[in-house]
This record gives sequence, structure tokens and C-alpha cells, in this order.
Amino acid sequence: MPGRAEGGAVPQRMSLIPRTTFPAKPLAGAIALAFLALLAGGALFSLAFEASRDESGAFAAFDAYLWRVARFTLLQALLSTLLSVGLALPVARALHAHQHFIGRAFILRLFALPLALPALVAVLGITSIYGRAGFIAKTAHYFDFGFTPDIYGLTGILLAHVFFNLPLAVRLLLAGLDSIPPDYWKLSAQLGMGSGSRFRLIEWPAIARSLPGIMGLVFMLCVTSFTIVLTLGGGPRATTLEVAIYQALHYDFDIGRAVALTLTQLALTLAILFLFRLTGRPTEEGFSLAITTRRYEKLRPGERLIDLSVILLAFLFVALPIAGMVISGLVADFGRLFSERSVWRAIATSLILGGAAALLSVILSLALVAAREAVASGRKMGRKQSFFERGLDTGASLILVVPPIIIGAGWFILLRHFADPFDFAPWMVISVNAAMAMPFAVRLLRPTWDTESARHNRLCAQLGISGWTRLRLVDWPVLRRPLSVAFAFAMALSLGDLGTIALFGSDAVQTLPYLLLQRMGSYRTLDAAGLALILGVLSLGLMMLADRGSQASPRKEERP
Amino acid sequence: MRPIKLLALSAAALLGLAAPAAAKDTLTIYTYESFTADWGPGPKVKENFEKECDCTVEWVSAADGVALLNRLKLEGATTQADIVLGLDTNLITEAKQSGLFAPHGIDTSNETVPGGFKDDTFVPYDYGYFAVVYDSDKLTDPPKSMKELVEGDASQKIVIEDPRTSTPGLGLLLWIKAIYGDNAADAWGKLKDRVLTVTPGWSEAYGLFTRGEAPMVLSYTTSPAYHIVVDKEDRYKAASFSEGHYLQIELAGITKNGAGKPLSAKFLEFMTGPGFQDVIPETNWMFPAGKTSKPLDPAFDTLVKPTKTLMLPPDEVAKNRKAWVDEWLAAMSR
Repeated sequence: MPGRAEGGAVPQRMSLIPRTTFPAKPLAGAIALAFLALLAGGALFSLAFEASRDESGAFAAFDAYLWRVARFTLLQALLSTLLSVGLALPVARALHAHQHFIGRAFILRLFALPLALPALVAVLGITSIYGRAGFIAKTAHYFDFGFTPDIYGLTGILLAHVFFNLPLAVRLLLAGLDSIPPDYWKLSAQLGMGSGSRFRLIEWPAIARSLPGIMGLVFMLCVTSFTIVLTLGGGPRATTLEVAIYQALHYDFDIGRAVALTLTQLALTLAILFLFRLTGRPTEEGFSLAITTRRYEKLRPGERLIDLSVILLAFLFVALPIAGMVISGLVADFGRLFSERSVWRAIATSLILGGAAALLSVILSLALVAAREAVASGRKMGRKQSFFERGLDTGASLILVVPPIIIGAGWFILLRHFADPFDFAPWMVISVNAAMAMPFAVRLLRPTWDTESARHNRLCAQLGISGWTRLRLVDWPVLRRPLSVAFAFAMALSLGDLGTIALFGSDAVQTLPYLLLQRMGSYRTLDAAGLALILGVLSLGLMMLADRGSQASPRKEERP
Repeated sequence: MRPIKLLALSAAALLGLAAPAAAKDTLTIYTYESFTADWGPGPKVKENFEKECDCTVEWVSAADGVALLNRLKLEGATTQADIVLGLDTNLITEAKQSGLFAPHGIDTSNETVPGGFKDDTFVPYDYGYFAVVYDSDKLTDPPKSMKELVEGDASQKIVIEDPRTSTPGLGLLLWIKAIYGDNAADAWGKLKDRVLTVTPGWSEAYGLFTRGEAPMVLSYTTSPAYHIVVDKEDRYKAASFSEGHYLQIELAGITKNGAGKPLSAKFLEFMTGPGFQDVIPETNWMFPAGKTSKPLDPAFDTLVKPTKTLMLPPDEVAKNRKAWVDEWLAAMSR
């Protein structure tokens, strides 16, 4: 193939785009990558330097304990990934097949919620359903079944990870399915395809394209699990590298070991991501875009029933723990909570920091996505991906496996040479949250951007539309929806975060989850439940605003 | 030129160069967060001390006692702290080794701490005992000793904290070490079946406990006082153990940086008196180390009074902590 492509018989894909233009997009992408590399690399470098100055802290070799920890980390993360994504597949298919039922939009918004919850809140929500004194146990007790669920152990960890990641995987898979052109559905209906062949011929290629990325993302989220693994794991046999990193940095103050462990975590994750990549078939074909796909096939009653029960099950799985959280939150004394200045301050701080982080995150993600597409389409057919392109592709996600406490500690050590590092605390929180949300934002933006570019690049080149005009007339109307969804998602994620400053704490960044943990840590469980509810309502409200705001897009008339 | 100037200005603003003009002397105290929280002792202590010192107290808070020491070690000699408040006895050996603290030189004879703890660098401000807290609605026959807890009915679960990540977790580890000595690993091997789960911190454990996941949790003898005073709820009780309870003492010390200021010693003296001690019981939910101006809330009288106080010497803990945690890990992972 390369021979043919270079022979000139087949025109290069993007030969219509003038080669001499200033490479603004790749440059923007490079800046976004540099931001991530600086954030993580700077912290690691500063920690490594600090460790090297400390003669006594020669870090211990990888003993049996660490190997066991590494093994367990990988095991639980792989199982969680397979379960989350495997179970998400039928849910996403069913949700895609039924585009117009009451509550669909609500389910999708609800599915953005778990990730926005602090782990501790989610853990308590899960135990309120599946725990020894949870809803299921109480029901069983009521009917005298003599059965008490015992989730503490691998079961609990997997349950919690699926609760967190199944909804995410469903949303991302749906985005993949949405990129299938409507004609395909029309054709499949005309040809009378059954569910099996529809999956194999139409849905799978689209899914396969996004699967390695989704699995990688979920895997990284599970690798770094900390509170869930310890709290639901039942004992120290369930220990992740993240716990060991925290222990090394926080309790033993062994910086060298913390850095070594972080690098191990990075290396292991890279290896697994590479494996995922081998199994998947990332393809670069352009797909036309549709916001709401019209599906033409007539489903048999049996299929419809199965689909709807799958959706119902998934809904219950996600909604029940959240309902448990809501119920325990409703008894909180909101009158008093809302009269407290610290609560309002925390809400304001959260919204400001979260909003800033989301904005930064979306801008950087867009830069990455645009650069990746520009580089990919500029690449000659059959050529291998360059290092830069692959960096744009997966590099962003790797930030997820650098523990926020490492970033926080590293920059703390570095900045203290120049100023009081606590003056930078808000900026640290914004940067780290923006970086941590980028892998999600990128995935939400990329399908639309790629299909849209494939659809419009040549036309725009032909008509000489470029720069600002193109952004305003061509890109913005289509990107508006994914951009606002990505913004809301990133902001919701940031609202629930408290990792960055956990190590040292700072009075300047008393966010909502921070306040929540503080209350929880001083017997004020009810206050904490109330704050969790406020946090959840804020996140859900954000998702609704994003959806509503973006529905005013001109695409609306395409809806049947 | 203009944008550059603007950039320089905003950078200067970011770096906090525009420090507020200090009219009064300022005493900077590093502490942990729950101390400075709205409902914690911090606000009231600040108010009381400022009344008599004609100075400004500035709190700087870290997440917990361990984070406090870490932050101090990172800052080294450049630290802003005059006083560090919130280390416990298990941290003072390490704190002294950092060489950042100066002897306090104040008279602590008006304080009474169980076991008669005395130190020339650190002054106690409160103390508490670790205890197994249970839900009396669910557990009618609580363990009366550590032995009964370790060897008792494995279906009656307890939630404990992880000694690798939390202070109460380390507390239980030392408690069992103090009772069982070299046989601690065996004790953990038996207790293991009774442990529902091991949480990273106190919040998670106590949250699971109050939600009814387990009838017992590792906490403090003072925990029931909170529920009685604030929630008007007396179902949560601490179990009295015949072998005795492990003691945690919270301390404050003057840094070398603060040693030059007369205010620092003045604050520590204030700390041992009623202006500070009155605030402690119902905000920090610990026992005051000094005298209060009036008796404590009657709820505190209902609490378990340990017949025997257990505490391992700080130096021994510092020396063996790692080995003991490893021993715990091995026993609990079997």
C-alpha cells in the first residue's frame, strides 16, 4: 500500500489543504500536551530531586509486599474494566435502539453523576443498598430469608467500580454509536437485519473504534482507586499501589519510594494500555454526524422487552445507591446548613474552581483533539502514527495514573523555593482538576470533531473558509453540544475532587467535598449527607443545563 | 510593553507580594484542620487569646497531625510557624529529630495527664483513650476485654482503621502491641475474622458504623459524649476493657523560628489555662490536659474511665513502627 500511495496514483487524503498554512492546530495540541507533561513531570522531577538530596531515604527494593500489591492492583482494575465495559455494551445498545422514551435524557444525565461523587459518599451509598444493613439485607430480613449480603472483599470493590464506571462507559459507547451515519440504520432496516447481524455489521465497527480508549480510561480510573479499595476491600489484602504511594508519601515520608511507586504505576498502566490497543482496531474513517439518530428498524416485541429490561436494570443499579444517598441526605438540617457562611463559601469556591478547571480542560482538550485530527489527516496513508500523534492520542489519559497527591506534593516542594506555595493552591487545584478531566473531555469531543472534519475539511478548503469564519459558521454549531456537555462533565468531575491538596490542606480551597469530609471527620454525619446531596444536585443541575443550553443548536430541526 | 507590565503585575499579585500591613504582632500557629473548623476549638481559642495578648493569631492548617509534620519538614528552617499544635506522642520523636523545635521552658505543673507525661519540647493540651465503641441497640453483650474482642464471636463485626494511613489505626496496633507484646501477630490473626473491613481513616469507619454496617468501631472513649451532648442519643457506648486503654496525647511545641518571640511561650502558657482548656472538651471531644474553669458536661462523667492507662514510649514506637506495621500486614493478609 505505501508504494501505491507514494506513487501518486491515489491522491493523498488531504491534498486539498494548502501545506503552507501555519500549523496552528498541532501547535495548540503541543501546548496542551506540554501542560500535562509539565504538571506531572515537574512534580515527579521535583520529588525525585528532593529524594536524591536525602541520603537516608534510599528507597527499599521491591519486596514481596509490593509485588503482591501490584498484582492485586492490576487484577482488580482488569476485572473492574471488563465488567464495567462488558455490562455497558448491552445497555448502550439498548439505549441507542430506543431514542425516544420518557426518562431517557434523565437516565443519561444521571449516568454522569457517579463520577462526580467523592468516593466516600459513593461507598456509603453502595452500602446503603448492598451492605449488611442495606436495603437488600433489610428486605431479606423482612421476608425472613435469613440472608445477609457480604460485599466486603473483591465483590465490594468490583461493585463500586462498576457503579462508577458502567455509566461512564455507557455514555462513551453511546457517543461511538451516535457516530454511525443514519443511512446505515435505514439500510439495515431495509435489509431486515436481526439484532445479531446489526451488532456485527453496523454497531461493532463503531464500538471497536472506541473500545480500546474506553477500556483504557476505565482501567486507569480503577488502577488509582484508593478509598473504595480500602473501605470495601475487607482488609489489607486489598491494597492498591495508590495506597502504597499515599502511605510512602504521607505516613513514612519516604519521597523516593513514592516516586518509584508512581513510576511503577505508570509503567504498568502503559503496558496494559498497549495490550488494549492490540486487541482493538482503532480506525480513522470519517463518520457523518448525527445528534439524535433516527432508527428505522421494527423491533420484535421480545427484543423490545429485553432492551427495556436491560435499561431498567442499569438504571436501578445506578439509581439505587444514589437514592440511598438522597434519602440519608434529606433528613439533614438544610435550614441550618444554608444559614452557615462556610457552606455558601464552599459552594462558591467549588463552583469557581470547578468552572475554571472545566474551562481550561475543555480548551486544552479541544486543542488536543484538533491537533490529533490535523496530524492524522495530514499523515500519508499507510504511514505509522508518529510519536507526537500517539502522544496526542493517549498521552493525555496518562495523567490519570499520576496520583494528585504526587502532583500536589511535587509542586509544593518546587514552589516553596519561590513563594508561599499556599498562594498557589487554587491554581494547583484548577490545573490538576483540568488535567484530570481532560481524558473525559477529549473522548466527548473527539468523535464529533473527527467526523465533522472529515465531512467539512475538503469543502471548506475548496470554498476557502478557514480560521475564525470557519469556527463560527461551520464548527461551532456542531461542536456546541459536545463542548457544553464536556464542560459540564469536567466541572462535575472537579466538583467532587479533593485529591490535590489532601496532603497538606489549604484554607484557601475549602471546597464542598472538603467541607463534607471535614464534617464527616467530626461526627457530623448528617451534615455530610446533606452536603453530599447538595453536591449531587449541583452536578445533576450542571448536566441538565448543558443539555438544555445545547439543544438550541440548529441541529434541532433534524429531529423527527 | 503594556501586556508584559500587566503580566508582571498580576504575577506579583499572585505571588502575594502585597502583604497586609501588620499593625500588631502576629503569632502563626500550624495545626490540623478540624481544629480550625467553624465548630472546632480554633475560632474560640483565637478570640480568647487575642483578648489578652494584643496580637493577632493566624491559623495555618494541614489535613491532620501527620500532614502537619510533613509540611514542617518540607519547609524546614524557612517555615512561618511559630507554634505547631496537634502532634501526638507517636510523632514527637520524629519531630524532634527534624531539629526544628526549641525547648518550651514553661511550667506545666498545672496540667495532669494520665501516665504523667512530661517533655521539655512538647506541652500536652488534651488527651483521649482509644476504645471500641458499640451500638447498644445491636450489641447487648459487648466485649469486656481486648481478649474477649479478639477471641469473641466472629459474626459480631468491628470496623477498624488502617495503621498505614490513619492515627486511630496506628493506635489500635499499639494498643494490641502493648497488651500482647510478641504475641500480637497471633492476636491479629484471631481478630482478623471479626474485622468487617479496614478503612483508610476514621471518617469512613465511623460512617459505616453509624449506618449500621457493623455493631462496633474503633474510636475514642469520648465518642459517646458527642452523641449525648449534641444528638441527645445514648445508644452508642464505649466498651471498657479490663487490660486498660491506649492513651493518645495531643501536644504543641515552639519552633526555632518562634523561639525568639515572647508571644510563643505566652501562648503555650495560655494553652494550659482555662481560656484554652474550657474550649477543648465540647469542640475537640477530648479530655482537657489542664484545669477548666467549670466542671465538664455531665455526659463526660458517664464515659468509660480506664482502670489502666497503656502507652508505649514514643522512642520505641518510632523505632519499631515500620516493623510492627509489617507484622500487622502479614497477620491480616494471611
